[in-house]
Amino acid sequence: MEKITILEGRQKQIFEKKKGVAQPDIACDTSSLSGSVSQRACVFCGSRVVLYPVADAIHLVHGPIGCAAYTWDIRGAVSSGPELHRLSFSTDLQEMDVIYGGEKKLYHSLIELIEQYKPKAAFIYSTCIVGLIGDDIEAVCKKVAKETGIPVLPVHSEGFKGTKKDGYKAACLALMKLIGTGSTENISKYSINILGEFNLAGEAWIIRNYYEKMGVEVVATLTGDGRIDAVRRAHGATLNVVQCSGSMTWLAKEMETKYGIPYIRVSYFGIEDMSKSLYDVAKYFPDRPEIMEAAKQVVSEEVKTLYPSLQKFKKALTGKKAAIYVGGAFKTFSLIKALRSIGMSVVLAGSQTGNKDDYARLKEMCDEGTVIVDDSNPVELSKFILEKEADLLIGGVKERPIAFKLGIGFCDHNHERKIPLAGFVGMYNFALEVYQSVMSPVWQFAPRKGGTL
Amino acid sequence: MKHAKTATQNACKLCNPLGACLAFRGIENCVPFLHGSQGCATYIRRYLISHYKEPIDIASSNFHEETAVFGGSHNLKIGLKNVSDQYKPKVIGVATTCLSETIGDDVPGILREYKKEFKNGSPMPILIHASTPSYQGSHIDGFHAAVRATVTTLAEKGEEQSVINLFPNMVSPADLRYLKEIFADFQAPVMLLPDYSQTMDGGPWGEYHRIPPGGTPASAIVSAGSAAASIEFGSTLEASKSAAGYLEEAFDVPRYHLSLPIGIKESDKFFSLLETLTGKARPEKYEDERRRLIDAYADGHKYVFEKKVILYGEEDLVVAMTAFLSEIGMTPVLCASGGKSGLLKKRIKELIPDMEELGIKVREGVDFVDIEDEAKVLKPDFLIGNSKGYTMSRKNNIPLLRLGFPVHDRFGGQRMHHLGYRGTQELFDRIVNTVIEQRQNASSIGYTYM
Repeated sequence: MEKITILEGRQKQIFEKKKGVAQPDIACDTSSLSGSVSQRACVFCGSRVVLYPVADAIHLVHGPIGCAAYTWDIRGAVSSGPELHRLSFSTDLQEMDVIYGGEKKLYHSLIELIEQYKPKAAFIYSTCIVGLIGDDIEAVCKKVAKETGIPVLPVHSEGFKGTKKDGYKAACLALMKLIGTGSTENISKYSINILGEFNLAGEAWIIRNYYEKMGVEVVATLTGDGRIDAVRRAHGATLNVVQCSGSMTWLAKEMETKYGIPYIRVSYFGIEDMSKSLYDVAKYFPDRPEIMEAAKQVVSEEVKTLYPSLQKFKKALTGKKAAIYVGGAFKTFSLIKALRSIGMSVVLAGSQTGNKDDYARLKEMCDEGTVIVDDSNPVELSKFILEKEADLLIGGVKERPIAFKLGIGFCDHNHERKIPLAGFVGMYNFALEVYQSVMSPVWQFAPRKGGTL
Repeated sequence: MKHAKTATQNACKLCNPLGACLAFRGIENCVPFLHGSQGCATYIRRYLISHYKEPIDIASSNFHEETAVFGGSHNLKIGLKNVSDQYKPKVIGVATTCLSETIGDDVPGILREYKKEFKNGSPMPILIHASTPSYQGSHIDGFHAAVRATVTTLAEKGEEQSVINLFPNMVSPADLRYLKEIFADFQAPVMLLPDYSQTMDGGPWGEYHRIPPGGTPASAIVSAGSAAASIEFGSTLEASKSAAGYLEEAFDVPRYHLSLPIGIKESDKFFSLLETLTGKARPEKYEDERRRLIDAYADGHKYVFEKKVILYGEEDLVVAMTAFLSEIGMTPVLCASGGKSGLLKKRIKELIPDMEELGIKVREGVDFVDIEDEAKVLKPDFLIGNSKGYTMSRKNNIPLLRLGFPVHDRFGGQRMHHLGYRGTQELFDRIVNTVIEQRQNASSIGYTYM
């Protein structure tokens, strides 16, 4: 086989855990190398994914058509009520707008869309060229907010001004403008917000249900099944529970500074981390021991039905090897544990946007020989998948065809999934999906397994 | 209620660079390269994957803030170097984005500099540049811009050859394979560009391919300048923007311009042209295909007659489908496109001079909210177009027949045929079956023979 080399300038973003070898810190938090086919997106993408599930706001993308077209209804974030988030709005800037400015078009678009759809708020995303042509988005937003009486929030997400993480921050800045503007009357002392839970395939409902069973009030989910009014009163919660840490830790810290609300990091993937995320919340309310009792009750009931149902999968999957490449590193930790619980080991673990601490922890968790990568690309991923003889790749849409081309199983763990993978029921779905893909007889025809080309 | 409408809502088009990336994917050993932000490449990859289910690497120059201020020259050069080192491509297809176009990067100049600066490094790939600002036109314009740029960069005048250039437009991998089969059966050499029939719909890999096998070799494109003729599909594609137009102007290669051959009449035109150009009669196999299609028309005509259809998609596809539907007695009550060539109505009128009397309405530059507003009034029996019409179809309970690009909520979009007798047969079968299924479901009796 042709030898695959790593791009110069990327070596420091790759690490293989070996005994007796000095363990340098992995380089991360850098922008992608020019000419590298990064699996990352841009600042706009970061903002768009965070705010996307807010279902009673309009999301207007200010720029040429592409950015809005490629993000039209692409996520599995579901709503229990309004579904404005599933529509795609763009100012569709044309050459003349680029020359003479797009402010007027933005203004008229906003006024008309607000009139037509009666949203509770509007988010205006600026794309690459908006910064260059000098549109004063802030001024237009202020004017429209005044005229329509709803919050009109600029999101400064010009694609090239940083990485996806900067886009998360821009989105959180917009949310911070809303938080604190609603009434906190009647909010229980035993209350939380769930941050970084996007209600993919209804996952937020599953999680919310567990907490409610424990007697904990969920004030707002940011932003899954999101509503503007809920966001406005989020500052009334006692604790912030941060699930997708990459996107929402910044917001949690801001809320801590501004409103004195502490936060904890949790993960809802896998039995171990799911249970811990209930216990950790219960621990936060020691003056009401019933909450911990109820948490134990929830876990024991769920595990009682879940555990036996996993054994079939575990039996089949024991000894199989997985590669993980997802957006945030925190999810990688949970996935490693979840995979171990069904008998699988991890030979490659990586993320688009992990930070130094994340990678330090990954190194600790991983077995010897496991490759750890930051901001990888298809060439590298394929190289390691083949070298390490993985049986499964966990990733998103862009990684899926790589797995299938190379003849290995795939589990979609990205924003577009249609089956809930969070919670106890999610662990069952996860194991089932992994089992169905890894154990499929179709791989017998893959060249990797001796099939003819 | 009608609303004033400045914003585009649920667009019926994609952006310029997407088309360019797909076209570059149809050149052998070529890496598409977007000069702009990282997101453009990633979104476009994701979007193409949802239809083709194939890995598609698109490199990016990854603009940063300084790049936007000081120009993209440095990033573009580093990017080209990195892609050359890692992918070892024969060709790099550089398409611009709204960002690099707005800051006014002189891409041809930068490419010239790059060739000078790095001439002693690894083998220098052929560098093609297509100008594809997203604030102009739509994905189909980017597609044609990339094909034309490829020919402009590579084609040379040589001794005249019998080869025929075929510029097929943005059609499916299955269509491309069918076109190649036709030329092979005519025993006529063809330079098909682009040809992503294998790169976007290929087999499994035993080892990692940086660039998937397949595509039109650069050497074949070089001789496009000495071809006997060019055939170009796409009735709204003007010579000034097309590859065949360039070859005619620069090298006197005659340009034969046809609509996408869908339906019997348009397919006949294509086969007749092939007979003229090659001096050979069409092989019996295609006579058979044609006969079976006519027979099928007879068997199925009652199901489809006077059914009302809303048709949407790229303008050329809409024109071609209109021609086909009208020959089977269906009425496209609305022919709609997000594209805006200014030619859509003219071309449809040329095909169907009495279009107004038949109740055929044409609208270009529309989005799906406009189309849905029309649907509420026109009450069509069918929608025909890409997957983007699904929301409207579901909401208004109108069946959707999927074709073209993208098809991301059904399996096998890349293997759908549209062109020639074979493609028309497949489309006709699917249309008839859609009617039958609808009738069967609506029937309280549950007929088992329909």
